[in-house]
Amino acid sequence: MKYIYDLHKTMLQQNLILVYEGEFTQDITKSVLAMAERNMDSFGEGAKVKRKVFNVMVECLQNISKHAESFEEDPTVKNNAIFMIGKHQDQYIITSGNNIRTIDVEKLKEKLNRINDLDAKGLKQLYRTIIKTTKISKKGGAGLGLVDMARKSGNKLGYDFEPIDDEFSFFSLITTISRV
Amino acid sequence: MDIIQLDGTEDTPKIILNKEQELFEISGRSLPEDSAEFYAPILEWLTRYKDDANSETRFHFKLEYFNTASSKLILDILSVLEDIEGTIIVWYYHEDDEDMEEAGEEFSDLVDIDFEFETY
Repeated sequence: MKYIYDLHKTMLQQNLILVYEGEFTQDITKSVLAMAERNMDSFGEGAKVKRKVFNVMVECLQNISKHAESFEEDPTVKNNAIFMIGKHQDQYIITSGNNIRTIDVEKLKEKLNRINDLDAKGLKQLYRTIIKTTKISKKGGAGLGLVDMARKSGNKLGYDFEPIDDEFSFFSLITTISRV
Repeated sequence: MDIIQLDGTEDTPKIILNKEQELFEISGRSLPEDSAEFYAPILEWLTRYKDDANSETRFHFKLEYFNTASSKLILDILSVLEDIEGTIIVWYYHEDDEDMEEAGEEFSDLVDIDFEFETY
């Protein structure tokens, strides 16, 4: 049963205030948001920072739940994903990890690089371009989530892709929000 | 004309559309699971209202938070309102919420409607 202690230690070391592993739905999203809000309220986090954390969390959680839905046709594929919030002295780190099809990796990487290459003004312009032309997808997304996460956080998005098997890769995403 | 009156929930906004009493308001939080489905009746109502609109329509947006999928639907709503003469958007934001202020300014750039900004 050492894994319990190990997990506990890891959470403390990484300053994780919330970890959720499992299926992602709108109800889970609402619960996770409520927990994080309560947590931030409990130590009197400033309204501005709280709003930014909330904003990034919503886009991150809804990205996962929308993406997970697209796998539902294939019951052999697990929809499980992970979501974490780390609270540090000067920043919050919002992290997610989920399976994606390896054939979609390149496109996603390109999108992330395009976003990371832009400054605040460039991101604003990209947001405008997308919102004017986008149609809400069958999954319910507007294609604006990652751009918005970069805009609201004011920081570059960190990401990584880890091969799982021939068909799937594990997509990790890190968004940082300054507390000052 | 029929009245739309929805109470706000933790993930959907409060909505009032009342032609007779000249009340037009969307407020609270908007992060529904399916934003297109949630806003479809609102868009449908406004499209009917357009044909027999009041001489002035003051439409109040007092949103605490909205997700990106909702932002697309808000633009769709504004696009319908753009064709209704005498429309004024009253955009509220919390006094220290620069993101909400900026969001209002961006919407006002995207459509040809007068915006009034109010802080609370």
